[in-house]
Amino acid sequence: MKVNRVSGRVLQGPYEPVYVYEAPVRFWHWAMMLCMIVLGVTGYLIARPLPAIGGEATFSYFFANVRMIHFIAAMLFAVLFAVRLVWAIVGNRHARSIFLPPLWSFEWWSGLFHQAAYYLFLRKAPHHWVGHNPLAQLAMFVMFVLGTFVIVFTGLSLFSEQFGWGSGWMNAFGWVNVLLGGSQMVRTVHQLAMWWLALFALVHVYMVFREDIMSGETVISTMINGVRMFKREPR
Amino acid sequence: MSDTFYDLMRRQGISRRSFLKFCSLTAASLGLGEAGAQQIAKAMETKPRTPVIWIEGLECTCCSESFIRSAHPLVKDVVLSMLSLDYHMTLSAAAGEQLRANAHETIAKHKGNYILAVEGNPPLGEDGNYCIYYGKPFVDVLREYAKDAMAIVSWGSCASWGCVQAAKPNPTRATPVHKVITDKPIIKVPGCPPIAEVMTGVVTYILTFGRLPELDVQGRPKMFYGQRVHDKCYRRPHFDAGQFVERFDDEGARKGYCLYKVGCKGPTTYNACSATRWNEGLSFPIQSGHGCIGCSEDDFWDKGSFYDHLTTIRAPGLSNLGVEGTAERIGLTALGVAGAALAAHAAVSAVRQASSRGRNDRVSDVEK
Ligand code: HEM
Ligand code: SF4
Ligand code: SF4
Repeated sequence: MKVNRVSGRVLQGPYEPVYVYEAPVRFWHWAMMLCMIVLGVTGYLIARPLPAIGGEATFSYFFANVRMIHFIAAMLFAVLFAVRLVWAIVGNRHARSIFLPPLWSFEWWSGLFHQAAYYLFLRKAPHHWVGHNPLAQLAMFVMFVLGTFVIVFTGLSLFSEQFGWGSGWMNAFGWVNVLLGGSQMVRTVHQLAMWWLALFALVHVYMVFREDIMSGETVISTMINGVRMFKREPR
Repeated sequence: MSDTFYDLMRRQGISRRSFLKFCSLTAASLGLGEAGAQQIAKAMETKPRTPVIWIEGLECTCCSESFIRSAHPLVKDVVLSMLSLDYHMTLSAAAGEQLRANAHETIAKHKGNYILAVEGNPPLGEDGNYCIYYGKPFVDVLREYAKDAMAIVSWGSCASWGCVQAAKPNPTRATPVHKVITDKPIIKVPGCPPIAEVMTGVVTYILTFGRLPELDVQGRPKMFYGQRVHDKCYRRPHFDAGQFVERFDDEGARKGYCLYKVGCKGPTTYNACSATRWNEGLSFPIQSGHGCIGCSEDDFWDKGSFYDHLTTIRAPGLSNLGVEGTAERIGLTALGVAGAALAAHAAVSAVRQASSRGRNDRVSDVEK
């Protein structure tokens, strides 16, 4: 099987299964998903708290617990993302793809436009790809990678505030506060980033199912066993 | 010239006992402890006093009003008498040319040793002519007085950030002090107005030690602005419990629940209100049942509603059309539009797939 090294496009058969996602990437993917669900739910509850529970404040710690769960999941999320960045360097070729879309490659751009035209029903058939197709790769980078950077840094900055200016935490993340022009703006951007990632998740889930059903490659099972299989012969 | 603060106070009829009391009170409010009190006493007895010149640009005088209501009368008297001796437009006994002469004399005599306190800010539009001071644009006076100052105190949100006169569209181009004077140490004491005790605390610190207190990265004294209103708020247990006021007239409001859901900005506001309180420690906005509006934060007029804890987003360039929304509305709208688009896409995809199967021109489905 012949594959373009830069864009990952399959040029010629016969098709063979390819090992795309190594075990750490697969584990990371599902762990991130769980964290994001927990973070989205608790985050939304922080932004829009439930109606008040009666009784004495002494006996309830509900809201603080919601925040605690958010913070624990958030720390995990941040660490997972950091570890994934390292894996992008030490892992295989595909581990890098969502972090470094080859914007300099003509072949890649032409693949991107082909793929976009296909999704707009202007082309009959998609090309075949080993890893992400270029459009997916760009979407992953812009929506997921950038969105995650924003949510992690704004989140860490919000978290640092409880320790006050001059604390180690604020020394490390207070710059986000200064950069965005105040804590309220950090919070606002943090929430906007959540909607951004929710948008990503929606499109991501739709595309994954659509591709799994309609494209020539396996998609969902690839994130489980790591192997990309080709269901049809090339034309 | 060789006067010390102590000499000055004794001349004002303040006893040594009162003087020592003042030192420990000040040390306490600055968080310096017993040793600090002795340090202050020693400095005041031996160091030549540092004069203060207080000028007012585009402002409402709320900083001065706050200042003269400081809780400890002794602090107020002492600091005020030290100040008004030199120059304060509103508070000095002298007026007009004589007052101006005082200022110039102080500057000439204490080159590099006096504090310039600025209330309000200079408007830069129309060559600064929106604010005239002795027949000159205020910005020129500010530059002139700042030239030989040891340091500058930016009083209030006006001098520190710009405040209401700098709110969009800022017709006079009101500009905070640190954007005009860039070569002097500047200490920001934001708030609209700042708390009286914070003001006297800052002045006393500078006057006694001859240097600025420790500042954060944005130039605010850490001792007063290091923490958020939320961090020391007495309603915090209700926040942690999840007990919130939903409307200003509900049961929760009567019970003193947390004001987060009616837009309290305590969680995003750096100020000492919840620790020091206002009017001789009597109360502060949250204690009176209203959320914090974030008056000590940069740009607080332009962040949308005082009753929303997040900033209202305005589409750039479209603000005149009133295109704006909360983060939540923007998010839900985007999700709704995307969801509808994807549903349509799914429908078209299914139809295509079915029809191509019907025409039987589908790619062979051989498993590889
Ligand atoms: C997928 C990831 C995340 C999502 C969806 C998310 C969502 C949210 C939302 C919606 C809020 C409420 C904002 C508001 O008041 O309107 C929030 C608050 C917050 N988040 Fe996150 N967040 C995420 C990751 C993180 C991370 C990585 C951190 C880092 C520590 C973090 C720390 C915080 C903090 C400190 C708050 C403020 C809580 C408070 O002061 O009560 N979040 N989050
Ligand atoms: S009233 Fe405001 S400052 Fe106080 S705990 Fe509630 S949100 Fe925080
Ligand atoms: S509670 Fe908030 S709005 Fe009120 S004075 Fe303090 S910082 Fe300003």
